[in-house]
Amino acid sequence: MHVVYPAVVAALLFSVGVYGVLARRNTILVLMSVELMLNAVNLNLVAFDVWLRDVLHSGQVLTLFVIVIAAAEVGIGLAIVLAVFRTRKAIELDRLRELGEP
Amino acid sequence: MNGVDFWPPSTLEVVFLLLGLVAVGSALLVVTTRQLVHAALWLVVCFGALAGCYLVLTAEFVAWVQVLIYVGAVVVLLLFGIMLTRAPIGRSDDLDSGNRVVAAVVAVATAGVLVGVVVGGFQHAYAELRPGAGSAEELGASIFRNWVLPFEALSVLLLAALIGAIVLSRTDIKGRR
Repeated sequence: MHVVYPAVVAALLFSVGVYGVLARRNTILVLMSVELMLNAVNLNLVAFDVWLRDVLHSGQVLTLFVIVIAAAEVGIGLAIVLAVFRTRKAIELDRLRELGEP
Repeated sequence: MNGVDFWPPSTLEVVFLLLGLVAVGSALLVVTTRQLVHAALWLVVCFGALAGCYLVLTAEFVAWVQVLIYVGAVVVLLLFGIMLTRAPIGRSDDLDSGNRVVAAVVAVATAGVLVGVVVGGFQHAYAELRPGAGSAEELGASIFRNWVLPFEALSVLLLAALIGAIVLSRTDIKGRR
């Protein structure tokens, strides 16, 4: 397996995630795009672990850790989104402009 | 070039590239579709294809964890979020913000830079695939021999995140007056 293939797939996936984060309005869709970017990083970690034959398996172990952190991030993120929805009745990012108390 | 040509690609590489194509294509649909629920469902396809990529790269354990946690838990959590924020189920034309063009330019630039760098940097790298290198046995031994402390720290972090999510989403907890 040439290392270029997984690296290029991961780079494309990451750019798609970047587009989603920048172009979407709905907060949940932005969270999905962040997941895409995290998955691109995971693919890179696995591919380089396989290439370098690391004795400690750091690539794959870090992939597992990233998956755990992504799960935690989605949980907290959705809780925040729900709290915002409860107070403002909207989760469109460009409508959440003010930082202070309304 | 250490003896391995790009052409013809081996069967494994063809399978990997097809799975990668499915992953990138469904990711594009995630960020461009006009229906919220469809975005979550395309995300399932993308994560499934990525799990297939991990399997081809001999990372079996990571592939099954990906299926269990991403497809099983994260997507369900996102669907719950979609339902709880009373999102419209059908087509909605206001999912994209006004800066789509800028976002597309930035994304294409990112893709260009990253693909250029990795192709330039790793065009001669060749990974010999060894079956069983990512089995549960090897990874488990590695985690519980060498990575115990980060593992425990992550369990505490996950617990803290869960408690935080519960506190944030309950309405009957009031701050101290």
